[in-house]
Amino acid sequence: MSAPEGTNAVEVRGLSKVFNAGRPGAVEALVGIDLVIRPGEFVSLIGPSGCGKSTQLRLIANLTEPTTGEVLVNGKPARAARLDQDYGMAFQQAGLFEWRSVTKNVELPLELKGWDRAKRRARALEMLELVKLSEFADHFPWQLSGGMQQRVAIARALAAHPPLLLMDEPFGALDEMTREHMQTELLRICAETSTTVVFVTHSIPEAVFLSTRVVVMSPRPGRITDVIDVALGPERTVDTRETEAFFARVTEVREALRGIQPADVEPDIEQVVEER
Amino acid sequence: MLALLLVVGVWELYKLIGPQDGGTIFGWTILPRANDTAMPHVWEMLSRYAQPENRASDTPILIVVLQGAWFTFRIALTGLALGTAVGLGLAVLMARFKVVERGLLPWLVLSQTVPLIALAPLVVSWGGRLHVGEFEWPRWLSAAVLGAFLAFFPVAVGTLKGLTSTPLASLELMASYAASWRQTLFKLRFPAALPYMVPALKLAATASVVGVIVAEISTGLAGGVGRLIIEYAREATSDPAKVFTAVFGAAALGLVMYAIVTIIDLVGMRNRPREAAE
Repeated sequence: MSAPEGTNAVEVRGLSKVFNAGRPGAVEALVGIDLVIRPGEFVSLIGPSGCGKSTQLRLIANLTEPTTGEVLVNGKPARAARLDQDYGMAFQQAGLFEWRSVTKNVELPLELKGWDRAKRRARALEMLELVKLSEFADHFPWQLSGGMQQRVAIARALAAHPPLLLMDEPFGALDEMTREHMQTELLRICAETSTTVVFVTHSIPEAVFLSTRVVVMSPRPGRITDVIDVALGPERTVDTRETEAFFARVTEVREALRGIQPADVEPDIEQVVEER
Repeated sequence: MLALLLVVGVWELYKLIGPQDGGTIFGWTILPRANDTAMPHVWEMLSRYAQPENRASDTPILIVVLQGAWFTFRIALTGLALGTAVGLGLAVLMARFKVVERGLLPWLVLSQTVPLIALAPLVVSWGGRLHVGEFEWPRWLSAAVLGAFLAFFPVAVGTLKGLTSTPLASLELMASYAASWRQTLFKLRFPAALPYMVPALKLAATASVVGVIVAEISTGLAGGVGRLIIEYAREATSDPAKVFTAVFGAAALGLVMYAIVTIIDLVGMRNRPREAAE
């Protein structure tokens, strides 16, 4: 499953994306994006609404096609990587299937891969243990809190042990306490499974706490304006949030974002859905 | 139950105060006649169930109506199954290919404007000419087809709406797992469409009963409750309570079909959150 040594987890070259190309109302969502993510990195994409960070994630996921440029995931073209289930994905809404039990939700990607029942079940329970929800295995999604639902979604995304996890504001709908708890949990889970993560957020502390690198983006047209290394080390706990180094990085990211005018595009171009 | 008592109350009240020969307003007869021939007492209808169908027989009319209802029930159930299968098939086709939806949907709507009574003899004659090997087209099958003709429409429209209302995020999730269209259909679209399909099926269940009863009447198929209604209606002047026994039989039949779908609903949705019930 994992790529040969030296292969980049994600490689983006000369990427651009134009919505409604050649028609009135064309929107340049992204221009000239180059980004290389090495295995084991945790990279956050941060920027104001409309900077194309979600679009970039969707391009990596091959949920939409680039206008120009190429995306390699695990050394393969994005489409091939998607077909091979080389990544797992989590969205802002947990998006659990309400008619499936928690275990069955986690089993979904394995079912689609054609695993047999016993193997699926065993892996799902293993994943639920990882996200500390074993005792809720037979519950249904609506019986869980928002944070628990999001943990199930993470378990589902990682069930097939993909080397890459793509997350689109997964904690955006959670309250602050739950959110910080989930961040610590996410770091633990990723460390235990040695998963590379690309994480879209608009929270500066969240980006700094989680990431090895923070990619700062600006709108109109969406582009990368800065990449900030967050050298806080691999061991990050609740106390990390109160260190001088943490504050220094938060300030650095905030200053990088300062010069950027928020886009006043309505509707938010990240919400623009292409005709499929 | 309370509603039922209310209806009985209103009926008897009208009998009490209503004009015996109908009310006339500006020369038009508008108010129904309240005499015993047009509106028999409720207790007369009920006691009629215990009496035999006619002088030549000694089985109570209750048994006769029940037998007729059972006969019609089986045909209606066949019609509902047939209609549901066709409706689901059409809905899947329309959900899969936009072209099919555009081309087919107007025709489906048009099909429902054709009067069933006009269609019934045609179906019977087509069926009669159909011979596949040993298979002979039975007459009751024509009635089932007509039931299906009414039943498939709500199923097709409701299911189509359900299949195309799948949340985009869920569809993207399936795409991120490289799920095939078929996998997406059965693991996501259909389960997500269930809340849309249940009301459609309830409509279809009652529609299939109506279809079969109309078919029985217009094709002269004997043995069912539709036939009984027509026969008893002829005796309305001499035995006014009789026709109501058959009418209630038909109504009860519709309720039973509705109940069957409700049970399917409860079983299918047992694990879903129930906001409406709270």
